Amino acid sequence: MTHTDAVTVALARDGDSEAFRALVEHHSRAVYRLAHRMTGNPSDAEDVVQETFLRAYKQLGRFESRANFGTWLHRIAVNCSIDLIRSRPKREASHDTADLDLIGAAPATSKAVEASPERLMLSAEVQQRISGAMASLTQMERAAFILRHCEGHSIDEISRALGLKVNAAKHSIFRAVKKMRVALEPLLPAD
Amino acid sequence: MAWDTDDMHVQDDDLVLHYYGELGAADEARVAAHIGECRHCHAAFRRLQQVLMSVDESTLAAPELPDGFERVVWARLQPELQHEPRGWLSRVISRPNLRWAAAALAIAIGSFYAGHRWPGALPVLAPVDGSAQASGQLRERLLLVDLGDHLDRSQRVLVELVSADDQRGASLAGERERAEQLVSANRLYRDTAAANGDASIVDLLDQLERVLVEVAASPSGGSASELAEVRHRIESGSLLFKVRVVSSDLQERRKAAVRQTGQRSSL
Repeated sequence: MTHTDAVTVALARDGDSEAFRALVEHHSRAVYRLAHRMTGNPSDAEDVVQETFLRAYKQLGRFESRANFGTWLHRIAVNCSIDLIRSRPKREASHDTADLDLIGAAPATSKAVEASPERLMLSAEVQQRISGAMASLTQMERAAFILRHCEGHSIDEISRALGLKVNAAKHSIFRAVKKMRVALEPLLPAD
Repeated sequence: MAWDTDDMHVQDDDLVLHYYGELGAADEARVAAHIGECRHCHAAFRRLQQVLMSVDESTLAAPELPDGFERVVWARLQPELQHEPRGWLSRVISRPNLRWAAAALAIAIGSFYAGHRWPGALPVLAPVDGSAQASGQLRERLLLVDLGDHLDRSQRVLVELVSADDQRGASLAGERERAEQLVSANRLYRDTAAANGDASIVDLLDQLERVLVEVAASPSGGSASELAEVRHRIESGSLLFKVRVVSSDLQERRKAAVRQTGQRSSL
């Protein structure tokens, strides 16, 4: 934790609302980005930001001053995202095949891409295809995949957090990876 | 762990588990050894690695956030923090049938302690006869009065913003404090209207909140360009007009409620 963060957190714990405001202003963008990755929806992400800071405010007394405030907040934001996702009715009946066709349908720029303008175009296309694949995931697939792939949680932990059986959590991840492969493999250079 | 039966290759799902280190120790060793020896599985795993390594934070982009996002987060959060921690009282008043009364009461108390009164006194209330019907009417009249006053005060802020003189270095700063005071009340009324299923009032108060939050969150020296943006938001959504219409509708409903009470008490 930076010195400034540590001082600000200490002030906020003592009830200084301006200090808490500074923490909100310093961390809200990062929390939003994480929430958006988890939920895939701007308005859900805004709700998660709000709930994260509310929880942080309530639990500030339990925050250990030696810990990193950003990491602590990150954990709260992940939990808030999970709670939001779990509160929604599950709609796991996935749109697998139709989606897989759609994801793979974008024009492929495969083969050897060496010159830099082409590389730039390729990286834009990679991003576009990843966005498309992410958008095709169900909320559970997205959450399970992000928790495994970006947050580094084990499948066991993910199944407990999302209230799924271990096999269901695994299959959510498999489906997400499959969609990523269909979207991105056409861009890979031929072996 | 499963193998493709024909030629004993590692299945795709197991390659995924191997990538994430999620296979048990024995399976892990077998798969690693097989990938080392089998060209087909080696190539398949390499492709999987290439795909998954290209999915990282930089490629999982979130939408661009506008300047001032942090201030808006704070402006929305601040009224909630003032209500923490929630105790038994807030649980009791969260019952839908008491929300209108709670909204009116909270704002009346807040206003009393703030040392100012709303323009226009509360109407003379009908004598309390103890019946549920009378208390329901009383609540409704209190709400009509209070919400009407809230809209009147909001209307004055909107008028100031729309008619501020650009030539005299006008900015949002002048209305910031008033907007800040109105945000919490607005949210309380909005929640109450939502709990009572009054969709048109909810819509109006939502629209109003966005403008109030923007003004309240403006820095102390809010610029002329920010003022122009707020004006645009007010004008493009015909907000001032809508506030006037609802305000005058509330006035009519209040008069009707008073007339009804008068007729009933003369029976």
